[in-house]
Amino acid sequence: MAAVSSMSKMYGLCFRAVRQTAGLKAYRLLQRRGFRVTVLQLQQTFDSSLEKPQFPGASAEFVDQLEFIQPNVISGIPVYRVMDRQGNIINPSQDPQLSKETVLNFYQKMTMLNTMDRILYESQRQGRISFYMTNYGEEGTHIGSAAALDPNDLVFGQYREAGVLMYRGFPLDHFMAQCYANADDLGKGRQMPVHYGSKDLNFVTISSPLATQIPQAAGAAYAVKRENTNRAVICYFGEGAASEGDAHAGFNFSATLECPLIFFCRNNGYAISTPTNEQYRGDGIAARGPGYGMLSIRVDGNDVFAVYNATKEARRRAVAENQPFLIEAMTYRIGHHSTSDDSSAYRSVDEVNYWDKQDHPISRLRHYMTARGWWSEDDERSWRKQSRKTVMEAFERAERRLKPNPELLFTDVYQEMIPSLNKQRESLWRHVQQYKEHYPLDLYEK
Amino acid sequence: MAAAARLFLRGTNSKLSIAPGSLGTTLLKLSPNCSSRTKTQRRHAAHFTFQPDPVPSQYGPTQKMNLFQSITSALDNTLASDPTAVIFGEDVAFGGVFRCTVGLRDKYGKDRVFNTPLCEQGIVGFGIGVAVAGATAIAEIQFADYIFPAFDQIVNEAAKYRYRSGNMFDCGNLTIRAPWGCVGHGSLYHSQSPEAFFAHCPGLKVVIPRSPIQAKGLLLSCIADKNPCIFFEPKILYRAAVEQVPEDPYTIPLSQAEILQEGSDVTLVAWGTQIHVLKEVASMAQEKLGVSCEVIDLQTILPWDIETVCKSVVKTGRLLISHEAPVTGGFASEISSTVQEECFLNLEAPISRVCGYDTPFPHIFEPFYIPDKWKCFEAIKKMINY
Repeated sequence: MAAVSSMSKMYGLCFRAVRQTAGLKAYRLLQRRGFRVTVLQLQQTFDSSLEKPQFPGASAEFVDQLEFIQPNVISGIPVYRVMDRQGNIINPSQDPQLSKETVLNFYQKMTMLNTMDRILYESQRQGRISFYMTNYGEEGTHIGSAAALDPNDLVFGQYREAGVLMYRGFPLDHFMAQCYANADDLGKGRQMPVHYGSKDLNFVTISSPLATQIPQAAGAAYAVKRENTNRAVICYFGEGAASEGDAHAGFNFSATLECPLIFFCRNNGYAISTPTNEQYRGDGIAARGPGYGMLSIRVDGNDVFAVYNATKEARRRAVAENQPFLIEAMTYRIGHHSTSDDSSAYRSVDEVNYWDKQDHPISRLRHYMTARGWWSEDDERSWRKQSRKTVMEAFERAERRLKPNPELLFTDVYQEMIPSLNKQRESLWRHVQQYKEHYPLDLYEK
Repeated sequence: MAAAARLFLRGTNSKLSIAPGSLGTTLLKLSPNCSSRTKTQRRHAAHFTFQPDPVPSQYGPTQKMNLFQSITSALDNTLASDPTAVIFGEDVAFGGVFRCTVGLRDKYGKDRVFNTPLCEQGIVGFGIGVAVAGATAIAEIQFADYIFPAFDQIVNEAAKYRYRSGNMFDCGNLTIRAPWGCVGHGSLYHSQSPEAFFAHCPGLKVVIPRSPIQAKGLLLSCIADKNPCIFFEPKILYRAAVEQVPEDPYTIPLSQAEILQEGSDVTLVAWGTQIHVLKEVASMAQEKLGVSCEVIDLQTILPWDIETVCKSVVKTGRLLISHEAPVTGGFASEISSTVQEECFLNLEAPISRVCGYDTPFPHIFEPFYIPDKWKCFEAIKKMINY
């Protein structure tokens, strides 16, 4: 508490909102729907007889002691959680008290994702797909946040948010189709595996460059605000991507332009091999929020209810007050960065095992469920069998499917086909006709 | 210097009793060694003469407008007809550093014409997001020289959005505008013509107008076009180019080069300010060499109108391409390469490129740097005598 109050002196009004207590009436008065009138926009009358700073750039008091503000990284922003590591509710008032059906759905989506990850990782190892990225350990961040949103809310992701899509109902066949780049791929076979997208599910297609989605999410939120349809936008990114200039740009724009946007940072400890102490020196990502004038919170990302509660409240207020929220979900990347990575090169097996065995979002939720008699050993056994079977069936279907017609190499560069590209297309076809035995035409649709 | 120039120009029309330049000239007169216009301090006249196009009759009533006013008119039309359209960038709220957005915030509201923080990667990234969400986004980059922080967003994101998503998502609603080209004193960072960097990026459209009438029609086409467009505005023409421009909206098609005058001996290709240089070169060539030039304004750099240029070269057998940007890797090299592929046997002489040198854009050396009419004239002479 002492740490929080000293930090609040540093950051002034903004930081107090991090504590989710009710005694913030004065601050609440400033919030109203529509376009807030920020203090700085009004040109105050200048009065040099007052011993108060008159600078347009900052409102503060004078001080006559030379003192540098000490960044507080030892006891920084606290981590909000609802369950302990054994899945017991700590403070009953924070239990979202979701229905059995909802909680079972959370569990089944997380485990289905886990099963799909195992099978697709293995399929890359066997040379069946070219590349894959697992979500091990971060399933709680996906399902908890996705469940707190409206289905119409627009999602911008980075690449480790497949659970959000899964929660929204993206079929296994479509996940597989994208990874196999077969003729059923909604993306028409153009991108590497795990670059999912779905217009119907309001999930913007993933792109490889990191953090580019962050200012885009701010723009989309601004447009959505003008539509006046009570939609929000959520933007996922990792703690590594948060170092990019685009992240700074996105945070600043969303705050100055008053966008209904949730920034969701998955702080999983590593950006490929780079640990957090080489990524930043401050108190993680949450501590940056107040610097932008943004309400911020740090949550236990492996506690699906904590993620759910924080996202739900952030969404409600983002839409009601037209301002961005920053949620830093602390978690751990149990898997390798991707199939091109072997993380034993830069971290110990013991460290990974700790998170896998002692603080896993799936186990914690299972304990919550079993404590209420909602899930038994038999349920677990039969669900594992069933989910594996479902995934395998989708996998086999995807394996058999042909790749898309190579015509799709040339379309969608522009909305319309342009003459020069058409010529290039024709020249490829002439060439392939002549040298057809050197091209794998049998694998592709005609 | 620009401010002084603006003061001077405004002074000729104002009703102020105090002549704006008088205090300065008085101070100069006090010094024994200074007269108000010494030889070394005389500012160089512009390297071109703007020639207005005839008044268009097919688009309704017209009004005298300079280039920045024709841009304002296009933006005004857009905000009026498209309720989703928003204009944003640095300093656009008060009217913009080149006055292109004057009056629009008052007329349409601060939620539609607004300043952003000083961050080009943010401006374009934000613009992409607005476009992806289905609204019309018109982003202003204050000078084309500052577009590079946004290069990743433009090339890796905007240009590829439709392709990589299998046409589920796109940013066709995005248009980026930026002042472009030499201005007499802009030096390294207020004179650049970066079209060649973007010409190498499939998925983008790059458009450069030569005049107010062209600017309004082409900008409206870019805004309507369902692909992300970059619209470069020749800043030296903002005030210098004045035409009778239609008040109502109209579009000029993209990717269609315009033949400004027909000729039989040499094809001259350029875009933006350089068109006015080439028009003068064409007259000089006719007068002094008896050479008939066909002048083509490319207008759209990407995708460019290969057919019109090649058809012309087939006729004339000679091609000269001219731009301010440095010659190596400049867009003239793309045109030259394609034309020699398509029209090799028709060429009477090597294709000539009269461009900026491979240096950063200099300040005091601008008169030597730019591809002026004498350099173009000399290049024509060489082609004729090849």
